[in-house]
Amino acid sequence: MTAWLAQHGRCLTGTLVRLARTPLGSVFNIVVIGIALSLPAGLYVLIDNLQAASGQLAAEPQISAFLALDASRAEIALIESRLKQHPRVQRYRFVPRDQALQELKQSSGLGDVIDSLPQNPLPDAYIVGAKDTKPQALEALREEIARWPRVVHAQLDAAWARRLDATLRFGRVVVLMLGGLLALALVAVTFNTIRLQVLTQRDEVEVIKLIGATDSFIRRPFLYYGALQGAAGGVVTGLIVSGGIWLVNHNLGELSHVYASLFQLKQITPAAAAALVLLPLALGWLGAWLSVGRHLKLIEP
Amino acid sequence: MISLSHVSKRYTGGREALHDVGFTIDSGELVFITGHSGAGKSTLLKLLVAIERPTAGSIIVNGQNVGTLKARAVPFLRRRFGLIFQDHKLLFDRTAYDNVALPLDIAGFGAKDAARRVRAALDKVGLLKYEKALPITLSGGEQQRLCIARAIVHRPAILLADEPTGNLDADYATQIGDLFRSFNQVGVTVIVATHDQALLARLTPRVIALRNGALAEAA
Repeated sequence: MTAWLAQHGRCLTGTLVRLARTPLGSVFNIVVIGIALSLPAGLYVLIDNLQAASGQLAAEPQISAFLALDASRAEIALIESRLKQHPRVQRYRFVPRDQALQELKQSSGLGDVIDSLPQNPLPDAYIVGAKDTKPQALEALREEIARWPRVVHAQLDAAWARRLDATLRFGRVVVLMLGGLLALALVAVTFNTIRLQVLTQRDEVEVIKLIGATDSFIRRPFLYYGALQGAAGGVVTGLIVSGGIWLVNHNLGELSHVYASLFQLKQITPAAAAALVLLPLALGWLGAWLSVGRHLKLIEP
Repeated sequence: MISLSHVSKRYTGGREALHDVGFTIDSGELVFITGHSGAGKSTLLKLLVAIERPTAGSIIVNGQNVGTLKARAVPFLRRRFGLIFQDHKLLFDRTAYDNVALPLDIAGFGAKDAARRVRAALDKVGLLKYEKALPITLSGGEQQRLCIARAIVHRPAILLADEPTGNLDADYATQIGDLFRSFNQVGVTVIVATHDQALLARLTPRVIALRNGALAEAA
Protein backbone atom coordinates (compact mmCIF):
# COMPACT_ATOMS: atom_id res chain seq x y z
CA MET A 1 0.00 0.00 0.00
CA THR A 2 2.71 2.49 0.98
CA ALA A 3 4.72 1.35 -2.05
CA TRP A 4 1.67 1.94 -4.21
CA LEU A 5 1.17 5.41 -2.74
CA ALA A 6 4.86 6.16 -3.19
CA GLN A 7 4.59 5.08 -6.82
CA HIS A 8 1.70 7.47 -7.35
CA GLY A 9 3.55 10.22 -5.51
CA ARG A 10 6.60 9.77 -7.72
CA CYS A 11 4.35 9.78 -10.74
CA LEU A 12 2.72 13.03 -9.64
CA THR A 13 6.02 14.79 -9.05
CA GLY A 14 7.34 13.38 -12.32
CA THR A 15 4.33 14.83 -14.11
CA LEU A 16 4.82 18.23 -12.50
CA VAL A 17 8.45 18.13 -13.60
CA ARG A 18 7.36 17.35 -17.15
CA LEU A 19 4.85 20.22 -17.09
CA ALA A 20 7.60 22.52 -15.84
CA ARG A 21 10.12 21.28 -18.42
CA THR A 22 8.11 22.84 -21.25
CA PRO A 23 6.78 25.88 -19.39
CA LEU A 24 5.65 27.88 -22.41
CA GLY A 25 3.71 25.06 -24.05
CA SER A 26 2.13 24.00 -20.77
CA VAL A 27 1.12 27.52 -19.83
CA PHE A 28 -0.42 28.18 -23.22
CA ASN A 29 -2.39 24.95 -23.11
CA ILE A 30 -3.62 25.71 -19.62
CA VAL A 31 -4.55 29.29 -20.49
CA VAL A 32 -6.45 28.14 -23.59
CA ILE A 33 -8.44 25.68 -21.49
CA GLY A 34 -9.01 28.31 -18.80
CA ILE A 35 -10.28 30.95 -21.20
CA ALA A 36 -12.48 28.52 -23.10
CA LEU A 37 -14.14 27.35 -19.91
CA SER A 38 -14.52 30.83 -18.43
CA LEU A 39 -17.02 31.66 -21.18
CA PRO A 40 -19.77 29.28 -20.01
CA ALA A 41 -18.72 29.64 -16.37
CA GLY A 42 -18.98 33.44 -16.53
CA LEU A 43 -22.33 33.29 -18.29
CA TYR A 44 -23.58 30.89 -15.68
CA VAL A 45 -22.58 33.26 -12.87
CA LEU A 46 -24.34 36.13 -14.60
CA ILE A 47 -27.55 34.18 -15.13
CA ASP A 48 -27.48 32.85 -11.60
CA ASN A 49 -27.22 36.39 -10.25
CA LEU A 50 -29.97 37.73 -12.49
CA GLN A 51 -32.24 34.91 -11.44
CA ALA A 52 -31.60 35.63 -7.79
CA ALA A 53 -32.34 39.30 -8.40
CA SER A 54 -35.54 38.62 -10.30
CA GLY A 55 -36.62 36.25 -7.55
CA GLN A 56 -36.60 39.14 -5.11
CA LEU A 57 -39.04 40.97 -7.32
CA ALA A 58 -42.61 39.81 -7.47
CA ALA A 59 -42.72 36.75 -9.63
CA GLU A 60 -46.38 36.39 -8.71
CA PRO A 61 -48.52 38.26 -11.20
CA GLN A 62 -50.28 41.34 -9.99
CA ILE A 63 -52.46 43.92 -11.69
CA SER A 64 -51.77 47.54 -10.87
CA ALA A 65 -54.79 49.74 -11.40
CA PHE A 66 -53.87 53.44 -11.49
CA LEU A 67 -56.68 55.85 -10.75
CA ALA A 68 -57.18 59.32 -12.15
CA LEU A 69 -55.23 62.01 -10.31
CA ASP A 70 -58.43 63.85 -9.43
CA ALA A 71 -60.43 60.82 -8.28
CA SER A 72 -62.50 61.58 -5.21
CA ARG A 73 -62.77 59.52 -2.03
CA ALA A 74 -66.24 58.35 -3.01
CA GLU A 75 -65.05 57.21 -6.40
CA ILE A 76 -62.15 55.36 -4.77
CA ALA A 77 -64.56 53.69 -2.33
CA LEU A 78 -66.73 52.58 -5.25
CA ILE A 79 -63.79 50.86 -6.89
CA GLU A 80 -62.88 49.23 -3.61
CA SER A 81 -66.37 47.81 -3.22
CA ARG A 82 -66.27 46.50 -6.79
CA LEU A 83 -62.99 44.74 -6.05
CA LYS A 84 -64.40 43.32 -2.82
CA GLN A 85 -67.37 41.79 -4.61
CA HIS A 86 -65.52 40.62 -7.70
CA PRO A 87 -65.48 36.79 -7.83
CA ARG A 88 -62.09 36.57 -9.58
CA VAL A 89 -60.16 38.85 -7.24
CA GLN A 90 -58.19 37.08 -4.55
CA ARG A 91 -56.96 40.10 -2.66
CA TYR A 92 -56.21 43.75 -3.19
CA ARG A 93 -54.25 46.48 -1.57
CA PHE A 94 -54.68 50.22 -1.76
CA VAL A 95 -51.55 52.29 -2.28
CA PRO A 96 -52.28 55.95 -1.62
CA ARG A 97 -50.33 58.40 -3.75
CA ASP A 98 -48.35 59.80 -0.80
CA GLN A 99 -47.22 56.37 0.24
CA ALA A 100 -46.24 55.55 -3.33
CA LEU A 101 -44.09 58.68 -3.42
CA GLN A 102 -42.37 57.68 -0.18
CA GLU A 103 -41.65 54.20 -1.53
CA LEU A 104 -40.23 55.60 -4.73
CA LYS A 105 -38.02 57.93 -2.74
CA GLN A 106 -36.60 55.06 -0.74
CA SER A 107 -36.11 52.49 -3.45
CA SER A 108 -34.86 54.59 -6.31
CA GLY A 109 -32.46 56.86 -4.47
CA LEU A 110 -33.88 59.83 -6.36
CA GLY A 111 -34.96 61.51 -3.11
CA ASP A 112 -33.47 64.88 -3.97
CA VAL A 113 -35.15 64.98 -7.32
CA ILE A 114 -38.52 63.98 -5.88
CA ASP A 115 -38.30 66.54 -3.10
CA SER A 116 -37.82 69.25 -5.68
CA LEU A 117 -41.09 68.40 -7.43
CA PRO A 118 -43.81 71.02 -6.95
CA GLN A 119 -46.50 68.37 -6.43
CA ASN A 120 -46.88 64.58 -6.22
CA PRO A 121 -47.10 63.29 -9.79
CA LEU A 122 -48.20 59.80 -8.72
CA PRO A 123 -51.82 58.61 -8.72
CA ASP A 124 -53.58 56.46 -6.16
CA ALA A 125 -53.44 52.80 -7.08
CA TYR A 126 -54.82 49.39 -6.28
CA ILE A 127 -52.58 46.33 -6.41
CA VAL A 128 -54.82 43.40 -7.28
CA GLY A 129 -54.05 39.70 -6.98
CA ALA A 130 -56.16 37.33 -9.04
CA LYS A 131 -57.49 33.90 -8.10
CA ASP A 132 -56.70 32.46 -11.50
CA THR A 133 -53.12 33.30 -12.48
CA LYS A 134 -53.25 31.87 -16.01
CA PRO A 135 -52.12 34.48 -18.53
CA GLN A 136 -55.48 34.66 -20.39
CA ALA A 137 -57.54 35.00 -17.20
CA LEU A 138 -55.21 37.70 -15.92
CA GLU A 139 -55.40 39.57 -19.17
CA ALA A 140 -59.22 39.39 -19.13
CA LEU A 141 -59.33 40.74 -15.57
CA ARG A 142 -56.91 43.51 -16.46
CA GLU A 143 -59.07 44.59 -19.41
CA GLU A 144 -62.18 44.57 -17.25
CA ILE A 145 -60.60 46.69 -14.54
CA ALA A 146 -59.19 49.07 -17.14
CA ARG A 147 -62.76 49.81 -18.33
CA TRP A 148 -63.97 50.81 -14.88
CA PRO A 149 -64.65 54.51 -14.40
CA ARG A 150 -61.84 56.60 -12.99
CA VAL A 151 -59.29 53.84 -13.72
CA VAL A 152 -56.81 55.46 -16.06
CA HIS A 153 -54.49 52.55 -16.61
CA ALA A 154 -54.33 48.90 -15.60
CA GLN A 155 -51.10 47.03 -15.96
CA LEU A 156 -50.00 43.41 -15.58
CA ASP A 157 -46.89 43.64 -13.41
CA ALA A 158 -45.54 40.17 -13.70
CA ALA A 159 -45.31 40.19 -17.47
CA TRP A 160 -41.76 41.50 -17.57
CA ALA A 161 -40.70 39.21 -14.73
CA ARG A 162 -42.05 36.25 -16.65
CA ARG A 163 -40.32 37.38 -19.77
CA LEU A 164 -37.08 37.71 -17.84
CA ASP A 165 -37.60 34.30 -16.35
CA ALA A 166 -38.11 32.75 -19.77
CA THR A 167 -35.06 34.56 -21.09
CA LEU A 168 -32.98 33.31 -18.20
CA ARG A 169 -34.17 29.79 -18.80
CA PHE A 170 -33.13 30.15 -22.41
CA GLY A 171 -29.81 31.50 -21.18
CA ARG A 172 -29.31 28.38 -19.11
CA VAL A 173 -29.82 26.22 -22.16
CA VAL A 174 -27.22 28.29 -24.00
CA VAL A 175 -24.80 27.87 -21.10
CA LEU A 176 -25.37 24.13 -21.10
CA MET A 177 -24.78 23.90 -24.84
CA LEU A 178 -21.69 26.08 -24.66
CA GLY A 179 -20.42 24.17 -21.66
CA GLY A 180 -20.96 20.86 -23.41
CA LEU A 181 -19.18 22.00 -26.54
CA LEU A 182 -16.22 23.43 -24.67
CA ALA A 183 -16.00 20.33 -22.48
CA LEU A 184 -15.70 18.38 -25.72
CA ALA A 185 -13.02 20.82 -26.86
CA LEU A 186 -11.12 20.25 -23.61
CA VAL A 187 -11.22 16.49 -24.16
CA ALA A 188 -10.00 17.02 -27.72
CA VAL A 189 -7.17 19.35 -26.68
CA THR A 190 -6.01 16.86 -24.06
CA PHE A 191 -6.32 14.00 -26.53
CA ASN A 192 -4.01 15.78 -28.91
CA THR A 193 -1.50 16.86 -26.27
CA ILE A 194 -1.24 13.33 -24.97
CA ARG A 195 -0.97 11.92 -28.47
CA LEU A 196 2.08 14.10 -29.08
CA GLN A 197 3.54 13.09 -25.73
CA VAL A 198 3.08 9.40 -26.36
CA LEU A 199 4.77 9.78 -29.73
CA THR A 200 7.72 11.79 -28.39
CA GLN A 201 8.14 9.31 -25.55
CA ARG A 202 7.91 6.33 -27.82
CA ASP A 203 11.37 5.05 -26.89
CA GLU A 204 10.68 5.35 -23.21
CA VAL A 205 7.37 3.56 -23.50
CA GLU A 206 9.03 0.80 -25.48
CA VAL A 207 11.81 0.34 -22.93
CA ILE A 208 9.57 0.24 -19.88
CA LYS A 209 7.27 -2.19 -21.66
CA LEU A 210 10.31 -4.42 -22.25
CA ILE A 211 11.31 -4.42 -18.62
CA GLY A 212 7.93 -5.42 -17.35
CA ALA A 213 5.76 -2.33 -16.92
CA THR A 214 2.04 -3.03 -16.86
CA ASP A 215 -0.27 -1.00 -19.08
CA SER A 216 -1.65 0.88 -16.10
CA PHE A 217 1.89 1.86 -15.07
CA ILE A 218 2.59 3.16 -18.57
CA ARG A 219 -0.72 4.95 -18.76
CA ARG A 220 -0.47 6.58 -15.34
CA PRO A 221 1.86 9.54 -16.08
CA PHE A 222 -0.18 10.47 -19.14
CA LEU A 223 -3.42 10.34 -17.18
CA TYR A 224 -1.87 12.47 -14.47
CA TYR A 225 -0.71 14.93 -17.08
CA GLY A 226 -4.15 15.22 -18.67
CA ALA A 227 -5.89 15.56 -15.32
CA LEU A 228 -3.38 18.10 -14.00
CA GLN A 229 -3.59 20.15 -17.17
CA GLY A 230 -7.39 20.16 -16.95
CA ALA A 231 -7.36 21.08 -13.27
CA ALA A 232 -4.87 23.89 -13.87
CA GLY A 233 -7.15 25.14 -16.66
CA GLY A 234 -10.02 25.04 -14.16
CA VAL A 235 -8.00 27.13 -11.72
CA VAL A 236 -7.39 29.68 -14.48
CA THR A 237 -11.14 29.71 -15.20
CA GLY A 238 -11.86 30.29 -11.53
CA LEU A 239 -9.39 33.17 -11.41
CA ILE A 240 -10.83 34.75 -14.56
CA VAL A 241 -14.45 34.48 -13.41
CA SER A 242 -13.70 35.51 -9.85
CA GLY A 243 -11.57 38.40 -11.06
CA GLY A 244 -14.34 39.40 -13.46
CA ILE A 245 -16.90 39.43 -10.66
CA TRP A 246 -14.61 41.52 -8.49
CA LEU A 247 -14.04 43.99 -11.30
CA VAL A 248 -17.76 44.28 -12.06
CA ASN A 249 -18.63 44.73 -8.37
CA HIS A 250 -15.91 47.30 -7.99
CA ASN A 251 -17.45 49.36 -10.77
CA LEU A 252 -21.00 48.61 -9.67
CA GLY A 253 -19.99 49.88 -6.24
CA GLU A 254 -19.50 53.37 -7.62
CA LEU A 255 -22.70 53.13 -9.64
CA SER A 256 -24.73 51.94 -6.68
CA HIS A 257 -23.40 54.79 -4.55
CA VAL A 258 -24.83 57.15 -7.10
CA TYR A 259 -28.16 55.32 -7.32
CA ALA A 260 -28.19 54.16 -3.69
CA SER A 261 -29.14 50.65 -4.78
CA LEU A 262 -27.32 47.54 -3.71
CA PHE A 263 -27.03 45.25 -6.71
CA GLN A 264 -23.84 43.18 -6.39
CA LEU A 265 -22.71 40.01 -8.16
CA LYS A 266 -22.16 37.16 -5.74
CA GLN A 267 -18.63 35.74 -5.62
CA ILE A 268 -18.35 32.07 -6.60
CA THR A 269 -19.01 29.73 -3.69
CA PRO A 270 -16.39 27.20 -2.51
CA ALA A 271 -18.57 24.41 -3.93
CA ALA A 272 -18.69 26.10 -7.34
CA ALA A 273 -14.95 26.69 -7.20
CA ALA A 274 -14.39 23.01 -6.44
CA ALA A 275 -16.60 22.05 -9.37
CA LEU A 276 -14.65 24.44 -11.61
CA VAL A 277 -11.46 22.53 -10.81
CA LEU A 278 -12.79 18.98 -10.55
CA LEU A 279 -14.84 18.97 -13.73
CA PRO A 280 -11.95 19.96 -16.04
CA LEU A 281 -9.76 17.54 -14.09
CA ALA A 282 -12.14 14.71 -14.94
CA LEU A 283 -12.43 15.85 -18.55
CA GLY A 284 -8.65 16.09 -18.92
CA TRP A 285 -8.31 12.63 -17.46
CA LEU A 286 -10.91 11.34 -19.90
CA GLY A 287 -9.14 12.90 -22.89
CA ALA A 288 -5.81 11.46 -21.78
CA TRP A 289 -7.36 8.06 -21.18
CA LEU A 290 -8.89 7.94 -24.65
CA SER A 291 -5.66 9.10 -26.24
CA VAL A 292 -3.31 6.82 -24.34
CA GLY A 293 -5.53 3.79 -24.87
CA ARG A 294 -5.50 4.42 -28.57
CA HIS A 295 -1.86 5.32 -29.05
CA LEU A 296 -0.16 2.86 -26.71
CA LYS A 297 -1.49 0.00 -28.75
CA LEU A 298 0.61 1.24 -31.66
CA ILE A 299 3.81 0.92 -29.64
CA GLU A 300 5.01 -2.62 -29.22
CA PRO A 301 8.67 -3.43 -28.68
CA MET B 1 13.49 -23.91 -15.93
CA ILE B 2 13.25 -23.11 -19.63
CA SER B 3 12.04 -25.73 -22.04
CA LEU B 4 11.26 -25.40 -25.74
CA SER B 5 9.75 -28.13 -27.85
CA HIS B 6 9.05 -28.09 -31.59
CA VAL B 7 9.08 -24.31 -31.65
CA SER B 8 8.60 -22.64 -35.03
CA LYS B 9 8.20 -18.96 -35.80
CA ARG B 10 7.04 -17.67 -39.13
CA TYR B 11 6.79 -13.89 -39.49
CA THR B 12 3.89 -12.43 -41.38
CA GLY B 13 5.30 -12.07 -44.84
CA GLY B 14 6.40 -15.66 -44.99
CA ARG B 15 9.98 -15.91 -43.73
CA GLU B 16 10.41 -18.73 -41.26
CA ALA B 17 12.87 -17.55 -38.61
CA LEU B 18 12.81 -20.71 -36.49
CA HIS B 19 11.93 -24.23 -37.47
CA ASP B 20 11.21 -27.05 -35.01
CA VAL B 21 13.59 -25.93 -32.29
CA GLY B 22 13.67 -27.76 -28.96
CA PHE B 23 16.01 -27.65 -25.95
CA THR B 24 16.01 -27.35 -22.20
CA ILE B 25 18.00 -24.96 -20.02
CA ASP B 26 18.31 -25.77 -16.35
CA SER B 27 18.45 -23.29 -13.53
CA GLY B 28 21.93 -21.86 -13.00
CA GLU B 29 23.27 -22.69 -16.46
CA LEU B 30 25.48 -20.44 -18.56
CA VAL B 31 24.34 -20.84 -22.17
CA PHE B 32 25.44 -19.19 -25.41
CA ILE B 33 23.15 -19.19 -28.38
CA THR B 34 25.34 -18.83 -31.43
CA GLY B 35 24.89 -18.58 -35.13
CA HIS B 36 25.31 -16.19 -38.02
CA SER B 37 23.14 -13.13 -38.20
CA GLY B 38 19.77 -14.25 -39.46
CA ALA B 39 20.12 -17.66 -37.88
CA GLY B 40 17.28 -16.89 -35.48
CA LYS B 41 19.13 -15.91 -32.26
CA SER B 42 17.21 -12.69 -31.70
CA THR B 43 13.90 -14.32 -32.55
CA LEU B 44 14.58 -16.99 -29.95
CA LEU B 45 15.21 -14.40 -27.25
CA LYS B 46 12.10 -12.46 -28.26
CA LEU B 47 10.01 -15.59 -27.93
CA LEU B 48 11.29 -16.18 -24.39
CA VAL B 49 9.96 -12.82 -23.14
CA ALA B 50 6.82 -12.81 -25.29
CA ILE B 51 7.87 -9.95 -27.55
CA GLU B 52 7.00 -12.38 -30.32
CA ARG B 53 4.72 -15.39 -30.13
CA PRO B 54 5.61 -18.80 -31.65
CA THR B 55 3.54 -20.04 -34.59
CA ALA B 56 3.97 -23.61 -33.37
CA GLY B 57 5.37 -25.48 -30.40
CA SER B 58 5.52 -24.64 -26.74
CA ILE B 59 7.86 -22.51 -24.64
CA ILE B 60 7.73 -23.23 -20.93
CA VAL B 61 9.39 -20.79 -18.49
CA ASN B 62 9.05 -21.68 -14.82
CA GLY B 63 6.06 -23.85 -15.61
CA GLN B 64 4.25 -21.14 -17.60
CA ASN B 65 3.54 -21.53 -21.29
CA VAL B 66 4.86 -18.26 -22.66
CA GLY B 67 3.40 -18.85 -26.11
CA THR B 68 -0.18 -18.69 -24.86
CA LEU B 69 0.32 -16.21 -22.03
CA LYS B 70 -2.39 -13.54 -21.77
CA ALA B 71 -1.26 -10.01 -22.59
CA ARG B 72 -2.01 -8.94 -19.01
CA ALA B 73 0.40 -11.53 -17.62
CA VAL B 74 3.28 -10.61 -19.95
CA PRO B 75 4.69 -7.75 -17.79
CA PHE B 76 5.01 -10.11 -14.84
CA LEU B 77 6.80 -12.69 -16.98
CA ARG B 78 9.26 -10.03 -18.13
CA ARG B 79 10.04 -9.01 -14.56
CA ARG B 80 11.59 -12.44 -13.99
CA PHE B 81 14.17 -11.69 -16.65
CA GLY B 82 17.00 -9.23 -16.79
CA LEU B 83 17.29 -8.00 -20.37
CA ILE B 84 20.53 -6.70 -21.88
CA PHE B 85 20.37 -5.16 -25.34
CA GLN B 86 23.01 -4.54 -27.95
CA ASP B 87 21.83 -0.95 -28.29
CA HIS B 88 21.47 -0.59 -24.49
CA LYS B 89 17.99 1.02 -24.69
CA LEU B 90 18.83 3.54 -21.98
CA LEU B 91 16.66 6.57 -21.36
CA PHE B 92 18.79 9.56 -22.22
CA ASP B 93 16.78 12.15 -20.32
CA ARG B 94 17.48 10.50 -16.96
CA THR B 95 20.58 10.01 -14.86
CA ALA B 96 22.37 6.69 -14.59
CA TYR B 97 20.78 6.24 -11.20
CA ASP B 98 17.25 6.79 -12.50
CA ASN B 99 17.84 4.42 -15.41
CA VAL B 100 18.86 1.65 -13.07
CA ALA B 101 15.99 2.43 -10.68
CA LEU B 102 13.41 1.98 -13.45
CA PRO B 103 12.68 -1.76 -12.94
CA LEU B 104 12.29 -1.18 -9.20
CA ASP B 105 9.95 1.73 -9.83
CA ILE B 106 7.87 -0.48 -12.08
CA ALA B 107 7.77 -3.29 -9.53
CA GLY B 108 6.80 -0.83 -6.78
CA PHE B 109 9.82 -0.93 -4.48
CA GLY B 110 10.06 1.57 -1.63
CA ALA B 111 12.49 4.44 -2.16
CA LYS B 112 14.92 3.35 0.58
CA ASP B 113 15.09 -0.26 -0.50
CA ALA B 114 15.39 0.87 -4.12
CA ALA B 115 18.28 3.23 -3.36
CA ARG B 116 20.22 0.45 -1.69
CA ARG B 117 19.68 -1.94 -4.59
CA VAL B 118 20.47 0.66 -7.26
CA ARG B 119 23.76 1.56 -5.60
CA ALA B 120 24.63 -2.11 -5.20
CA ALA B 121 23.96 -2.74 -8.90
CA LEU B 122 25.94 0.34 -9.98
CA ASP B 123 28.80 -0.72 -7.73
CA LYS B 124 28.75 -4.22 -9.20
CA VAL B 125 29.33 -2.87 -12.73
CA GLY B 126 31.82 -0.24 -11.49
CA LEU B 127 29.70 2.83 -12.24
CA LEU B 128 28.85 4.00 -8.73
CA LYS B 129 30.79 7.22 -9.18
CA TYR B 130 28.69 8.07 -12.26
CA GLU B 131 25.27 7.70 -10.64
CA LYS B 132 24.37 11.33 -11.39
CA ALA B 133 25.76 11.28 -14.93
CA LEU B 134 23.50 11.25 -17.98
CA PRO B 135 24.00 8.17 -20.17
CA ILE B 136 25.09 10.30 -23.14
CA THR B 137 28.25 11.32 -21.24
CA LEU B 138 29.28 7.68 -20.76
CA SER B 139 31.40 5.61 -23.17
CA GLY B 140 29.95 2.70 -25.11
CA GLY B 141 31.31 0.16 -22.67
CA GLU B 142 30.02 2.13 -19.71
CA GLN B 143 26.58 2.41 -21.32
CA GLN B 144 26.54 -1.35 -21.77
CA ARG B 145 27.48 -1.84 -18.13
CA LEU B 146 24.74 0.58 -17.13
CA CYS B 147 22.31 -1.53 -19.13
CA ILE B 148 23.57 -4.59 -17.23
CA ALA B 149 23.09 -2.82 -13.90
CA ARG B 150 19.50 -2.11 -14.89
CA ALA B 151 19.03 -5.75 -15.86
CA ILE B 152 20.27 -7.13 -12.51
CA VAL B 153 18.92 -4.52 -10.10
CA HIS B 154 15.72 -6.42 -9.38
CA ARG B 155 17.72 -9.68 -8.99
CA PRO B 156 16.11 -11.73 -11.75
CA ALA B 157 16.68 -15.47 -11.92
CA ILE B 158 17.42 -15.34 -15.62
CA LEU B 159 19.64 -12.92 -17.52
CA LEU B 160 19.08 -12.58 -21.27
CA ALA B 161 21.67 -10.76 -23.36
CA ASP B 162 21.35 -10.04 -27.07
CA GLU B 163 24.78 -9.42 -28.65
CA PRO B 164 26.03 -7.69 -25.50
CA THR B 165 29.54 -7.15 -26.87
CA GLY B 166 28.50 -6.39 -30.43
CA ASN B 167 29.73 -2.80 -30.47
CA LEU B 168 32.53 -3.03 -27.94
CA ASP B 169 36.33 -3.16 -27.96
CA ALA B 170 37.98 -6.38 -26.81
CA ASP B 171 38.85 -4.92 -23.38
CA TYR B 172 35.29 -3.89 -22.68
CA ALA B 173 34.00 -7.21 -23.97
CA THR B 174 36.27 -9.02 -21.52
CA GLN B 175 34.86 -6.96 -18.63
CA ILE B 176 31.31 -7.81 -19.69
CA GLY B 177 32.19 -11.49 -19.96
CA ASP B 178 33.62 -11.46 -16.44
CA LEU B 179 30.43 -9.86 -15.16
CA PHE B 180 28.33 -12.62 -16.73
CA ARG B 181 30.51 -15.25 -15.15
CA SER B 182 30.20 -13.66 -11.71
CA PHE B 183 26.39 -13.54 -12.00
CA ASN B 184 26.34 -17.16 -13.09
CA GLN B 185 28.53 -18.09 -10.12
CA VAL B 186 25.87 -16.81 -7.69
CA GLY B 187 23.20 -18.95 -9.34
CA VAL B 188 21.73 -16.75 -12.05
CA THR B 189 20.83 -18.48 -15.30
CA VAL B 190 22.65 -16.55 -18.04
CA ILE B 191 21.62 -16.85 -21.69
CA VAL B 192 23.68 -14.91 -24.22
CA ALA B 193 22.97 -14.65 -27.92
CA THR B 194 26.26 -13.81 -29.61
CA HIS B 195 28.72 -14.61 -32.33
CA ASP B 196 31.67 -13.24 -30.32
CA GLN B 197 34.17 -16.12 -30.51
CA ALA B 198 36.58 -14.52 -28.02
CA LEU B 199 33.86 -14.28 -25.39
CA LEU B 200 32.91 -17.88 -26.04
CA ALA B 201 36.49 -19.07 -25.69
CA ARG B 202 36.85 -17.18 -22.41
CA LEU B 203 33.68 -18.34 -20.68
CA THR B 204 33.47 -21.90 -22.08
CA PRO B 205 29.69 -22.06 -21.77
CA ARG B 206 27.23 -24.62 -23.04
CA VAL B 207 26.52 -23.73 -26.68
CA ILE B 208 23.24 -23.95 -28.55
CA ALA B 209 24.08 -23.33 -32.18
CA LEU B 210 21.48 -22.24 -34.68
CA ARG B 211 21.80 -22.46 -38.44
CA ASN B 212 19.11 -21.06 -40.70
CA GLY B 213 16.51 -21.23 -37.95
CA ALA B 214 17.15 -24.79 -36.87
CA LEU B 215 19.39 -26.40 -34.25
CA ALA B 216 22.83 -27.15 -35.66
CA GLU B 217 24.01 -29.00 -32.59
CA ALA B 218 22.94 -29.15 -28.96
CA ALA B 219 25.74 -29.58 -26.53
